[in-house]
Amino acid sequence: MVERNIYCALGLNDQEYQKIEQIMGREPSSTELAMFSVEWSEHCGYPRSRSLLGLFPKEGKYQAMIGEDSGGIFYADTAIVFKMESHNHPSQVEPKQGAATGVGGIIRDIFTAGAKPIASLDSLRFGPLTEPYNRFLLKGVVDGIAFYGNCLGVPTVGGEVYFDESYSGNCLVNAMSIGICPKDQLARARAFGVGNSIMYVGSSTGRDGIGGCSVLASHEFGEGEEKRPTVQIGDPFTEKCLIEATLEMLATGHVVGIKDMGAAGLTCSSAEMAHAGESGMEIDLDKVPLREEGMEAYEIMMSESQERMLVCVKKGKEEEISDIFKKWDLHGVVIGQVTDDKNIRVKYQGKVVADIQTEALAKAPLYQMPFQEPANLKVMNTLDLKTIPIPADSNQVLLSLLSSPTIASKEWVYEQYDHMVQTNTTVLPGSDASVLRIKGKEWGLAATSDCNSRYCLLDPYRGAQIAVAEAARNLVCSGADPAAVTDCLNFGNPEKPDRYWYFKNCVMGIVDACKAFNIPVVSGNVSFYNESPKGAINPTPTIGMIGILPDVAKRCTQYFKDDGDVIILLGETKEELGGSEYLKVIHGKVAGQAPELDLLKEKAVQKAVYEAIQQGLLNSAHDCSEGGLAVALAECCVSNRDKAIGSNINSSFVIRNSSLRKDALLFGESQSRIIISCSKDKTAKVEALAKANQVPCQKIGQVGGESLKIEGLIDLPLNKLNDAWRGALKQYV
Amino acid sequence: MKFGVIVFPGSNCDQDCFHVVKNVVKQPVEYIWHKNTGLDNFDCVVIPGGFSYGDYLRCGAIARFSPIMESVIKFAKAGGLVIGICNGFQVLLEAGLLPGAMLRNKNLHFICKFVELKVEATDTPFSSKYKKGEIVRIPNAHNEGNYYIDDKGLAELKKNNQIVFRYVSNPNGAVDDIAGIVNQKRNVLGMMPHPERCSEAELTSTDGRPIFESIVGWLKQHGRT
Repeated sequence: MVERNIYCALGLNDQEYQKIEQIMGREPSSTELAMFSVEWSEHCGYPRSRSLLGLFPKEGKYQAMIGEDSGGIFYADTAIVFKMESHNHPSQVEPKQGAATGVGGIIRDIFTAGAKPIASLDSLRFGPLTEPYNRFLLKGVVDGIAFYGNCLGVPTVGGEVYFDESYSGNCLVNAMSIGICPKDQLARARAFGVGNSIMYVGSSTGRDGIGGCSVLASHEFGEGEEKRPTVQIGDPFTEKCLIEATLEMLATGHVVGIKDMGAAGLTCSSAEMAHAGESGMEIDLDKVPLREEGMEAYEIMMSESQERMLVCVKKGKEEEISDIFKKWDLHGVVIGQVTDDKNIRVKYQGKVVADIQTEALAKAPLYQMPFQEPANLKVMNTLDLKTIPIPADSNQVLLSLLSSPTIASKEWVYEQYDHMVQTNTTVLPGSDASVLRIKGKEWGLAATSDCNSRYCLLDPYRGAQIAVAEAARNLVCSGADPAAVTDCLNFGNPEKPDRYWYFKNCVMGIVDACKAFNIPVVSGNVSFYNESPKGAINPTPTIGMIGILPDVAKRCTQYFKDDGDVIILLGETKEELGGSEYLKVIHGKVAGQAPELDLLKEKAVQKAVYEAIQQGLLNSAHDCSEGGLAVALAECCVSNRDKAIGSNINSSFVIRNSSLRKDALLFGESQSRIIISCSKDKTAKVEALAKANQVPCQKIGQVGGESLKIEGLIDLPLNKLNDAWRGALKQYV
Repeated sequence: MKFGVIVFPGSNCDQDCFHVVKNVVKQPVEYIWHKNTGLDNFDCVVIPGGFSYGDYLRCGAIARFSPIMESVIKFAKAGGLVIGICNGFQVLLEAGLLPGAMLRNKNLHFICKFVELKVEATDTPFSSKYKKGEIVRIPNAHNEGNYYIDDKGLAELKKNNQIVFRYVSNPNGAVDDIAGIVNQKRNVLGMMPHPERCSEAELTSTDGRPIFESIVGWLKQHGRT
C-alpha cells in the first residue's frame, strides 16, 4: 500500500485511496495515483456537486448545445459558444498570473470547440480596498487580465467588480468568454477510430501548475501557506498563435476531436477524450516536448503548463497538421494513438507507467453531502426598520453610495482592457450590457454577468433567482432577448453542511429562474473551498448570460439622451431595505430579507421594455439595482462619458409614494424595476405597452438641466455626481 | 490599386484593417505573412496593431528584423505608401522609417478609450480628406504610446510640418501631444490611435474613415510613385 502521507499530499482521502486500489486490483503506481488525484478532484470531477448540476434545464427558447468543455446555442446558421470559469485560488495567491491564466484557460475552451473567440467578460470580487492586500489583488488581477486578453486580440467587453469583507482572504476571479462559428464547424472533445493519431500541439510542458486543480483549488486556504508554485504562468503570445493555428487546423477537416490541456493537463485531456469517444488511448511521454530535464512521468501527466492542446487526428494527416503548427512556430507532434480497449496507457522511458480504465478516471466518485440551514441565518434575517434612523441629508447619502466601490464607475478597470479590438463592440462597457455586432449579419449579441452575493447570503434561493433575473433585465435594457446561461458557482467548503445548504439552494434558485425565463444553462463551473481562516465567502453563484438582438441597429443604452424626454419608472417600489448597499454603506448592516422577486412580474416588465425597444420607442433603459432608484437615476445622468445630462423628478411622484420611508423610496432595492426615457410623442405608446403587459408605469419626470433633482429630496449638480461616481475607484489605486 | 495588410504572428488588428479596406472603402486587399518578402504588387502597406512577436521585449523590436520588414523598408524608400497603426507605428520607429521612440504610458497602464485629436497637417496622402484644425474622435488602445523625441528631432518635425495628429488632452505623456507623424517624404504615417475602429456608423464614431479615403483618393490621383 502507498503511504498515507503521499496520497494525502495529492489531495486524496483514505476512502478514495481504497477505492483506487479496488479499481486497479493492485497498488497504483505513482503516476496512476497522481492521475486519479487530479481527475477526482472537485475542480475536474465534481464529486460533490454533480448530482445537483444535473437539475439545470438543458433546453430553452433557442436550440441549446451542451458539449464536453463548453456549451452554447444555435441562432440562424451560427453556433454561439460560451462559458464562465473560476480562477479564484490562483488569483488569491498570485493575482497577475492567476487572472491571466484564467482568461487563457476559458478562451481555450471556446476555440477548442471550433469557435472564434469574440469577447470576454470578467466578474471580480475582492475584500474592501481599505486593506492594502486587497488593493494589491485588484491591481494585480486587472493587470493580469489586461496583459493576457489585450495581447490575444479578444476584447474584454464587460463584467462586474464587487467588494465585500467576505472576499478578504479569498478573492473571486470568474472569467467568461464567447465565440462564434458556422453551425457545422463545431469541434468535439473526443478521440475515436483505432489507429488515429494523438497529437500534442502548442507550448512545451514544464513543472508549473502541478496540483493546481487538486491541491490548490480543491482545499481551503490555511494560515501562512505557500502555494505559489502551484500557480501556472501565462504566455498570451503563444496562445494567440495557438488560436490561429487551431482554427486553421480545424478548417482542414482532418480533426476527430480536440481538448484543451487545462486543469489536470495531459491526464484530463487524454482520459476524458478517450472516454467521451468510447475508446482507449496509448501515449508515450518520451515524445512530449518538455521545458526542463529530468521530469518524472507523474509530473508530465499533472503539469498545468499553459497553451497546450491534445488533438485526435485522422491517420495519415499528421504531417499536414504538424506543418500548420510549424508555420506558427509551435509544437505539433504525434505522442500516441487511439486503441481498441478502453484504457489509457502511458509509457515513459520504455516502461508502462500507467494503465487505467478511462471510465474509472472520468467518473469521479459521487458524494451525497449533508446540508443544514446555517445557525445564524434567522438572526441575519431579522431587521427592525424602526431601529434604522432615516438620514436627514439624502444628498449626502446619494454621494456616499455613488462613491462606494461596488457602485462606483469601473472605468479605471475597463479602460485597461482592450474592449474594442475586432471592431464589433457597438455598446461599449459602462451600460447595462455590452452589445456586439456580428459582421455580415443583421443580428447581434449582448452579454452580461451578475450576482448580488449579499442577497444570496440572506436567502440563497431568492438571491440566485435575482442573479438570473437581473442578468436577463440587463440584457433586455440593451435591446436583447435573454437566450442562455453559463454559471460559475463559488462557495465555501462543501464538506461543511451549512456551506452545502447554500450551494444546494442557490442551484435550485437558478434552476427555477431559468425555467421561468425558458433559458438553458449550457455550461459552467463549480468552485468550492473558497474559505480562508476568516471564514467562507458569501455564496456567489455568478450568472453569465447572453442575449440575442434580432436587429442590432435597435440596441439601447442606459443613459439619458435628449432634453425634454419623459422619464418613466416601470415596476413597483416597496419598502425594502434588507441586504441593500444603503444599509451596508450608511448603517454598517448586512441584515434583513433579500428583496422580493415575483418571476411573473419580472418577466412582464422585461417583455414590455423589450417590445418598446423593438418598436423604437425608447431613448434609454436602465435597471434599478444596487443603490436603488436614486443611484440608477444618477447613472442615467452621468454614465455617458461624452455628455452628462440632468433630470427633474417631479413632486407628484414623491407625493404618490409618501407612504414609503424616504430612504426606501430613494435607495431601496426592490426588484423588477426599469427606468426608461422616451420622447414626449412616444409616451402614450409606451404607457399602452406597459398596460398591455400589466406593468405598473409612472411618469416620474423629465430629462434636462445641469443637475439631478428629486423634488424635496435630492438636488445635486452633475459635476458632483460625476466626481463621486467616477472618482471613487481611482482614489484607492 | 491594391492594399496589403502585414500579419505578424501577434498582430491582432490585421483583420480589422482588412475589413475596413475591403468592406468600407471597398478596395482590393491581401494579407502579407511576416515570413514572406516582396511587395511589388502593392500600392499601400498597412502595418496593423497588436503585439507583433509578443512584445515582451521592447514593442516592435523583434518585428523590425522580420523578412517582410526588409521589403517594407525598400517599398517605403521607393515612395510606396505605408501606414503603421499602434503597434505598426512602434514597428516603423524601430525600423527607422520614422524618427523617435515609444515609452510606456505615463500612468503605466494600458489605456483603451476614445480620445480627441487635432488634425495638424492635411497635405499628406493620409489626411487630405480632413480639414486642418479639425477635431476628430478616434480610440487609443496601447500600453506604450508615450511618444518621445529629443528637442532637435522635435524642431525638425515641426519645421517640416511632419506632425499630423496631436492629442487635444494628452492621455499618455507623449512629447508635444504627438499622436501621429509622417516622414519627411510624407509617404509613411505612424499613428497610435486606431482609425479602423471608427470607420463605420455602428462603432460610435466614423472619424477614422477619412484616413482610408484619403489614401484611396491619393492613389487614384497619383498612382504608385
